[in-house]
Amino acid sequence: MMAGQLSIAKALNEALRKSLENDPKTLLMGEDIGKLGGVFRITDGLQKDFGESRVIDTPLAESGIVGTAIGLALRGYRPVVEIQFDGFVYPAFDQIVSQLAKMHARALGHVKLPVTVRIPYAGGIGAVEHHSESHEAYFAHTAGLRVVSPSNAHDAHWMLRQAIASDDPVIFLEPKRRYWDKGEVGDAADLPLHDARIARGGTDATLIAYGPMVKVCLDAAAAAEEDGRSLEVVDLRSLSPVDFAALEASVKRTGRAIVVHEAPVFLGMGAELAARLTERCFYHLEAPVLRVGGFHAPYPPSRVEEAFLPDLDRVLDAVDRSFAY
Amino acid sequence: MTVKSTARARKKAAPAVPDNLPAGSGAQPELIQLLTPEGERVEHPDYPLTTTPEELRDLYRDLVLVRRFDAEATSLQRQGELGLWASLLGQEAAQVGSGRAMRPGDYAFPTYREHGVAWCRDVDPLNLLGMFRGVNHGGWDPNEKNFHLYTIVIGAQALHATGYAMGITKDGTDDAVIAYFGDGASSQGDVSEAFTFASVYNAPVVFFCQNNQWAISEPTTNQTKIPLYRRASGFGFPGVRVDGNDVLACLAVTRWALDHARSGNGPVLVEAFTYRMGAHTTSDDPTRYRLAEETEAWRAKDPISRLKAHLDREGLADEAFFASVEAKSEELGLRVREGVRSMPDPDPTLIFDHVYAEPHTLVDEERAEYTAYAASFEGGENL
Repeated sequence: MMAGQLSIAKALNEALRKSLENDPKTLLMGEDIGKLGGVFRITDGLQKDFGESRVIDTPLAESGIVGTAIGLALRGYRPVVEIQFDGFVYPAFDQIVSQLAKMHARALGHVKLPVTVRIPYAGGIGAVEHHSESHEAYFAHTAGLRVVSPSNAHDAHWMLRQAIASDDPVIFLEPKRRYWDKGEVGDAADLPLHDARIARGGTDATLIAYGPMVKVCLDAAAAAEEDGRSLEVVDLRSLSPVDFAALEASVKRTGRAIVVHEAPVFLGMGAELAARLTERCFYHLEAPVLRVGGFHAPYPPSRVEEAFLPDLDRVLDAVDRSFAY
Repeated sequence: MTVKSTARARKKAAPAVPDNLPAGSGAQPELIQLLTPEGERVEHPDYPLTTTPEELRDLYRDLVLVRRFDAEATSLQRQGELGLWASLLGQEAAQVGSGRAMRPGDYAFPTYREHGVAWCRDVDPLNLLGMFRGVNHGGWDPNEKNFHLYTIVIGAQALHATGYAMGITKDGTDDAVIAYFGDGASSQGDVSEAFTFASVYNAPVVFFCQNNQWAISEPTTNQTKIPLYRRASGFGFPGVRVDGNDVLACLAVTRWALDHARSGNGPVLVEAFTYRMGAHTTSDDPTRYRLAEETEAWRAKDPISRLKAHLDREGLADEAFFASVEAKSEELGLRVREGVRSMPDPDPTLIFDHVYAEPHTLVDEERAEYTAYAASFEGGENL
């Protein structure tokens, strides 16, 4: 099919196209997704090919987008909604965490909510306020939601198709700074949606990352190799559920773990991963599980965002701290 | 007319607020009415309604039974059998009238007070009590009777109803949807967003606002500076204010609105002008914020007594009929009492059921941990 090098953006576009082709009940909804093809062009050309009733330009109302998607799902449709930027998802928060997440349980399983919420998230593109947030912890904290974030073109394509096919609501976080990174997209999903992946094998410490930070960690591992340290990089892929079996296996092998994400460290994904890995791997750990992430501050103006975002040096500094124990 | 006088006329005719703003909850608004508080049948040119004596008696029976169910639930809360109850006392006509206007294929999205609508959709009243007793958060299959689960977050369901109606349009059927909400919900962004989506996509949805004058302690004047039904015009669809204590008017207007919506004309806002005779919920104390005189004034507009007056006045029902309704009411009360008291607590592992439609490893792990923990007690009686 689309074998060859694709950007993440194009891989997502192809995933939406395949999903629309395969199931007439699949719909796309969002702001500017039609003629414009979305502000990141992820839906480019889809309205032209599938029509305005399946690729729906919506009013500028995020709660309305998610809320009506819930109603469409109740009617038997499989909506894929696009939130234009991460910071704009908060007006839809109630519809996502109180309605979308809980309705299946409230109905004792009598209704299904196969809604995919696509959100371009995180920073690194020099954007203005509210265009660079990492809010994965809010959603992963909410039972009833599945939360995933791909880091490469192959996963972007197949994880999106798997998310759309899921009968549960899925928050699909797209690392917007990686949209233009290219990679090989194979013709089948390698892994189930919620499995972690060893992105690089190593023996001395485990770097755990997802979405935009996987590349940073791979770069850090390549740099560490020159210093004689072998770092394993685990691409989490799924934030709810978390593939703890894979993490546990890796950390028991290496004895050290460092979690890297863009979101503020305080009460973030790293806190949960560190706590659980400590419980499960206590006697295997040579050092505390460390975390590298954003600060307890609003996402900063873009001229200083490099200081906020974990980079290769901050990751390697954490590796040094781990080895200093 | 000269330019000057036109300008002056315009200036005079453009007050800061509409001239017929209702002065508080006691105002006399532009009501559609087919039955006066004295039980006299009146006609309205836009909303004709023909009813057989049997239909009138059926509506009367509905009103009485719904009130009885509600009273029984209130008593059960007082007896400690329910954790909370949201009474519909006073709003029976709005709910039965609109509920009976629906066709089987239509779909209702309620708040948490639409017990009368549920009755009309033939939902077992005991199903409604589960969440108030604390054994579930809804629990019934919404698709069985086309009656969605109760929604507690104010106004959220207006969007679900609108999305569902958008789906009807895509399916090309002539079903329609009713979204229920109150006067307080009209202030919520979700209701405005629902109006926008419904209007833009011409969705077959009727927004049925029961303006019962009070959002817990806040009067409607805290929610809006114009009569609520006029909100619709700003979104580009019709709004109608109906006497919410007049079951015939509610039936006729809602039937018209549903037909308007299902015919491809887009949404309608119906404001049922009514009154919550009781508390917001059993946790509330309305004597702290409203006058007894106000409640008494509304008592004179009681939806049941006015239909009874009509049946009596026209000789459409005899003593045997009223006795049979009373007998049914007793039967329902007993069924509700016994049903609630014998409602079992769920197995604690319900916590883990249905969190997701597909397996989720965290839920599976926690269920296993809890199950093992509970089994560690002697006899494992927690399970």
